[in-house]
Amino acid sequence: MGTLMTRDHRAGNALIDMSRPIDVLVIGGGNAALCAAIEAAHGGARVLLLEGSPEHFRGGNSRHTRDIRYMHPGATEYVTGPYPEEEFWDDLLRVTHGETTECLARLTIRASADLDGWTQRHGVRWQRPLKGTLHLARTNLFMLGGGKAMINAYYATAHTMGVQVAYGAVVSTLKIRDGVFQSAVFDHDGGIHEVRAKVVVVASGGFEANIPWLKEYWGDAADNFIIRGTQHNQGRMLAELLEFGAKSVGNPHEFHAVAVDARAPKFDGGIVTRLDSVPFGIAVNREAERFYDEGEDFWPKRYAIWGGLIARQPGQIAYSIIDAKAKGKFMPSVFPAIKAASLAELAGQLELDPARLAETVAAFNRATRPGTFDPSSLDDCRTEGLDPPKSHWAIPIDTPPFLAYPLRPGITFTYLGVTVDECARVIMNDGRPAANIFAAGEVMAGNILGRGYLAGFGLTIGAVFGRIAGREAARHANG
Amino acid sequence: MPMVDLVAEAERQMTICNSCRYCEGYCAVFPAMEIRRDFEEGEMIYLANLCFECRDCFYACQFAPPHEFGVNVPQIFAEIRAETYQEYSWPGILGKLYRRNGLAVGLITVASTALILLLVIALRRDALFSTQAGEGAFYRVIPYAAMVIPALLIALYCLAVFARGAYRFWRDTDTDLTGVIDFRAFAVATRDAFGLRYLKGGGVGCNYPDERFSQVRRWFHHLVFYGFLFDLASTTVAAIYDHFLGRHAPYPPLSLPVALGTIGGVALVIGTVGLLSLKWRSDRQPAAPRMLKMDVAFLLLLGLTSLTGLLLLVLRATPAMGALLAVHLGFVAGLFLTMPYGKFAHIVYRYAALIRNALEQARV
Repeated sequence: MGTLMTRDHRAGNALIDMSRPIDVLVIGGGNAALCAAIEAAHGGARVLLLEGSPEHFRGGNSRHTRDIRYMHPGATEYVTGPYPEEEFWDDLLRVTHGETTECLARLTIRASADLDGWTQRHGVRWQRPLKGTLHLARTNLFMLGGGKAMINAYYATAHTMGVQVAYGAVVSTLKIRDGVFQSAVFDHDGGIHEVRAKVVVVASGGFEANIPWLKEYWGDAADNFIIRGTQHNQGRMLAELLEFGAKSVGNPHEFHAVAVDARAPKFDGGIVTRLDSVPFGIAVNREAERFYDEGEDFWPKRYAIWGGLIARQPGQIAYSIIDAKAKGKFMPSVFPAIKAASLAELAGQLELDPARLAETVAAFNRATRPGTFDPSSLDDCRTEGLDPPKSHWAIPIDTPPFLAYPLRPGITFTYLGVTVDECARVIMNDGRPAANIFAAGEVMAGNILGRGYLAGFGLTIGAVFGRIAGREAARHANG
Repeated sequence: MPMVDLVAEAERQMTICNSCRYCEGYCAVFPAMEIRRDFEEGEMIYLANLCFECRDCFYACQFAPPHEFGVNVPQIFAEIRAETYQEYSWPGILGKLYRRNGLAVGLITVASTALILLLVIALRRDALFSTQAGEGAFYRVIPYAAMVIPALLIALYCLAVFARGAYRFWRDTDTDLTGVIDFRAFAVATRDAFGLRYLKGGGVGCNYPDERFSQVRRWFHHLVFYGFLFDLASTTVAAIYDHFLGRHAPYPPLSLPVALGTIGGVALVIGTVGLLSLKWRSDRQPAAPRMLKMDVAFLLLLGLTSLTGLLLLVLRATPAMGALLAVHLGFVAGLFLTMPYGKFAHIVYRYAALIRNALEQARV
């Protein structure tokens, strides 16, 4: 125990006294963790936040986010119209197919109404509706500069409020006795430290970056997954809590995954590696065969199933193939398309069987029916007698140059978490809440978003439960 | 790095930015980028000059170094701007002064000051160290014609070089020359330039000198810019007094030229010292060293010109006036001689970029 020297290139070095117990220990360094730390500091607690990543990559997956969903009665400078509770709840019910806990979900929705003011009071700045935000401009607030700007603001606020932060502080073990948290053991700067605290708030994300853990469910296929966010979401604290008898929530096999460019970095590729070309052509697997209806619905409503679809293809790889007609019709992506003058040449570059690719494209082209191509509606360009069909935007692939993008599953987050109550307290297997263990963010989001995806809602859950956890933790530590 | 390599690196970064677009609320660069897919050299030069280096995008960037994507837009755009100033200056041989700009600006200023001092010593030794007072006092140290004719020639030269540069910049960044005469675009660009809209960072200010948001750089820049305009106005009023009203300098402390000059000079001194101190403390990570040196040289020269001007005002009734006048005019000469080969050029190309931006955003 004793003292801990932290290095912070913004705030300078600091000596953290760990000889007496910290009031509130926050494990994690993203949106939920910062909201918890700030609220706990408001509550008069002495707060230490342990962020596992180095300072430059602080903020977990929050650094890759863009917007936050919140309930509001009408248009403001930053949103274009109202988003009432019932509509919010209906949206959530639709995407989760009921895999949600209504009391916690409604609590989140109602408490989100306060987020606009609270976030701004703590340094976050919003952006007026612009071109890139219009599809969600009514329901979601967009951070000026995106998630990393928000995280920077929160760290600056937390620092001003006296929250102490250690970066590169990786917690390995929680010491819990009779359901009561005692201390946490963590690595920092090459040394092993132990810190006692009256209360712990676990806000350290899911386990999507832990490939060996993913392999328990997916086998070697997990080696081919790309993790869109931080490599530090190893799920250590999730595993610790489950081992100590926290009641789990969410399907451990499931994750949210989109189609990303196969050339993306293994971790932290963020938003720029996603690909929107699929509805404009066909997608084939390693055997040069189609495997799913590329035109089933608008891409924003379907892109989130494509990660899972590709994860189930041989070698976890697929290729989106388009022709010259599709160029410029979708958001540019970070990697250039693989280009060829003929399909045979393209097959060669993709290492696909040229004859089979030619046959797949020919069969698709034969099955297309004349119609009026219109990317902005569910148009009447569809295939007939083809399995799987392409329901919309099906026009022949016949105009060189032919273009291809290799695709892999890009995992955004996992659903497995710990159960919590309305006070963000972790619920144990016997159904009783742990005395001094709170959870917020992705580690408990499965209580509310047990399935599916709702843009900007992960941050809503993180902010609402982070604040609750921080407030309750400070109250518990003071009392 | 040669321009073609800088443009290639900027294109690599813009491809990343264009598939992210999180920064579109900060400034004009990103909305301008969004309406493009390919970035020719001229297009990139335009975007680079539209950047005010507020640095907000750098600190907000999830792909900034040490991320493997290494996105650092303020830095690469500053590199391109430095190259732009050199490429569009004239003649090419003098454009090379941009290479070691601090040294060049310093040497030229020292040389012009020394030359003026030597001439005064050689030709007007009596006037140099004696107290001169009353109307025409300055001209007894340096004759009227010796002051006005070189100044006019240098000013015309600057105007010609910049007009040529602006024309070539416009031609290279937009094939359509008719757009130049669009009153609305001029009005928008002028409003944005005079208000320093893009140092506001979408309302939060610059991340300058460090990661925290601040409006201080904008205010210091305003002091420099409007201070400069006040000094320009002071000189113009003085010229009118002299030529048309037959009233010769020095003017009384409460006269219009002295009042304008004093306000402008004080603003310039505060502004340049403020900007220099911000630059001294600024984070070097998003900076281009070459541009930083150019900034410092220009600010120092501008600040010293103002300071010597103020000193001249305070001490004009003492025997120090002659020497101070020579030194002040030496700095003024250095400032204007190096104008087409230093940071002053940013006014020309940023303004041209703002006009073009106003034109194309009106079309979108």
